[in-house]
Amino acid sequence: MSAASETLPSVMVPVAMRLARVEKETHDTFTLTLESADGERPARFAPGQFSMLYVFGVGELPISISGNPEERDRLIYTVRSVGKATHALVTRAPGEAIGVRGPFGTSWPLADSRGRDIVIVAGGIGLAPLRPAIYHVLRHRGDYGRLLVLYGARSPQDLLFRKQLTAWNYVPDTQILITVDYGGLSWRGNVGVVTTLFRHIRLEPERTTALVCGPEIMMRYVVRELLVRGVSAEDIYLSMERNMKCAVGFCGHCQLGPYFVCKDGPVFPYSRLKAWMDRYEL
Amino acid sequence: MIKSKNLVETLREHAFVAGFQPAQIDRLAAMAHEVHFDRDQIIFREGDESSFFYLILSGKVALEVTALGKVLRVQTLREGEELGWSSVLGGSGGKHFQARALTAVRALAFDGARLREACEQDYAFGYTLMRRLLQVVASRLQAFRLQLLDMYSPEGPKSV
Ligand SMILES: Cc1cc2nc3c(=O)[nH]c(=O)nc-3n(C[C@H](O)[C@H](O)[C@H](O)COP(=O)(O)OP(=O)(O)OC[C@H]3O[C@@H](n4cnc5c(N)ncnc54)[C@H](O)[C@@H]3O)c2cc1C
Ligand code: FES
Repeated sequence: MSAASETLPSVMVPVAMRLARVEKETHDTFTLTLESADGERPARFAPGQFSMLYVFGVGELPISISGNPEERDRLIYTVRSVGKATHALVTRAPGEAIGVRGPFGTSWPLADSRGRDIVIVAGGIGLAPLRPAIYHVLRHRGDYGRLLVLYGARSPQDLLFRKQLTAWNYVPDTQILITVDYGGLSWRGNVGVVTTLFRHIRLEPERTTALVCGPEIMMRYVVRELLVRGVSAEDIYLSMERNMKCAVGFCGHCQLGPYFVCKDGPVFPYSRLKAWMDRYEL
Repeated sequence: MIKSKNLVETLREHAFVAGFQPAQIDRLAAMAHEVHFDRDQIIFREGDESSFFYLILSGKVALEVTALGKVLRVQTLREGEELGWSSVLGGSGGKHFQARALTAVRALAFDGARLREACEQDYAFGYTLMRRLLQVVASRLQAFRLQLLDMYSPEGPKSV
C-alpha cells in the first residue's frame, strides 16, 4: 500500500488510466478516451457526473464524462483547452497515464423522466455533459416521449459532435436544432443565440423535462424561455460549474449558496438554484 | 398565388397576428401580397430604402453584414417570423443589414407606407400593430445583446 492511500480516504486517490485516443473535435476541443491500465473496469457512471482528472506534474481538474454510459470498458471526456490544466490534458500523447478520481456528483434525472418529453439545451462545451443523457434516451427510446436537442455554439467551426448530431436527427421523434452566434457565407444553418430556437419547437410544458448546460448567462436566459413557455422550475435541470479541489464535499471550494456543487450538484433542479442564481443578475 | 380569401386564412395562421382582432387581420390581409424569392436571391441590401415588411410563410432568410471585407451572417429568420420591421417605422435611413434567401422563400409583403397610413386612420389597429412590432423588436434586441456578450468565448463572456 502506498503512503498516499494510507493517509488519504480512497476517494482522494487517483487511479491511473491509460490515454488510448485523442480526437480533435474543433480547433480547441478534443475528445479523450481513457482505458484501464490494470484490466479493472472503471466504475459505472450516470449521465451528468464528472471525474477529477489529474495530469501528473500539472494539476487536477473536474471534467464531465461525455461517453456512452453503456460502454463499460472506457471513459470518454471532451475537453476545451482554455488554460494551463486543460491545455496539458489535451496535449498528452496516447499511451500516457492520467489519474482519475470519481465519478462524482449528481446526474440528470433520467429515471424519473420516463414517459416525458426530454428537451436538451446545450451551449458550447455544455453539450459534452449532456451527450451521455442523449445516448441513454436513444438507447431506451420507447421509455421517453419526444427528444428535442437545441444546441448553440459560437461559430460553425465550434460545433461539437457534428456527425452524431446529423445522425440523431433521423431517429423517430427526435429533433435536433442547431444554431451559431455568427456564420460565414458557407453556413446555411441557423444563426442567432440558442434561445431563438424556442420559436421553432412545440413544447408540451406539463410533460417536459428540460436538461440545460452551458455558460451561466446562457442558462439564465434559457430558463426564462422555458418558464415563459410553462415548464415548471422543478422540471428544469441545470449543470453548474465552480472551481473544485476535493470534489467530495470536504474543502468548500465549490460553494454555491448553501450547496457544494461537487456533491449536491453539478446537476440541480432550477427550483433549488433560483435564489442563488438570481443574485448574479446582469 | 394565394386567393384573397385564402390570404386571410394564411395570415391568421402566422404567429405575428396572435392578439389581433379578426377585423384587424382582414384589414392587414387587404394590404398583403404574396412574394417569392429564389435561393440566394438578395431581398434587400444594406442601405436600401426598401419599404417592405415581410411575414415569412416558408423558407429561410439570412441577415448579413459586411465587415472587414467579409460577409458575416448575424441572424437567420424562418417561417413564422418577420423581416424588415424598420420599413413600418419609415425614415430609418435605409436597411442596416442585407437580407438573402437561403432557400426558396414564400412571404407576405406589406408596403410600410400603407401600413403607417392604416395606423393613422385607425388608432386601435395602429396600437395592435405597433405593440406586436415592439415585441418583435424587443426579442431581437435581447437576442442581439446575448450575441454581443460572446458567451462561448475562451475568455468567458465579455463584461459589459
Ligand atoms: C463539474 C464540472 C464539469 C466540467 N466539465 C468540463 C468538460 O466536460 N469539459 C471541459 O472542457 N471543461 C469542463 N469543466 C471546466 C474545466 O474544469 C475548467 O475549464 C478547467 O478547470 C480550467 O482549468 P485550466 O487550468 O485549463 O484553466 P485556468 O488556467 O484555470 O483558466 C484559464 C482561463 O480560462 C478561463 N476559463 C476557466 N474555466 C473556464 C470555463 N469553464 N469556461 C470558460 N472559460 C474558462 C478563465 O477565464 C481563465 O482566464 C468542468 C467544470 C466543472 C466544475
Ligand atoms: S470541491 Fe471541495 S467541497 Fe466541493
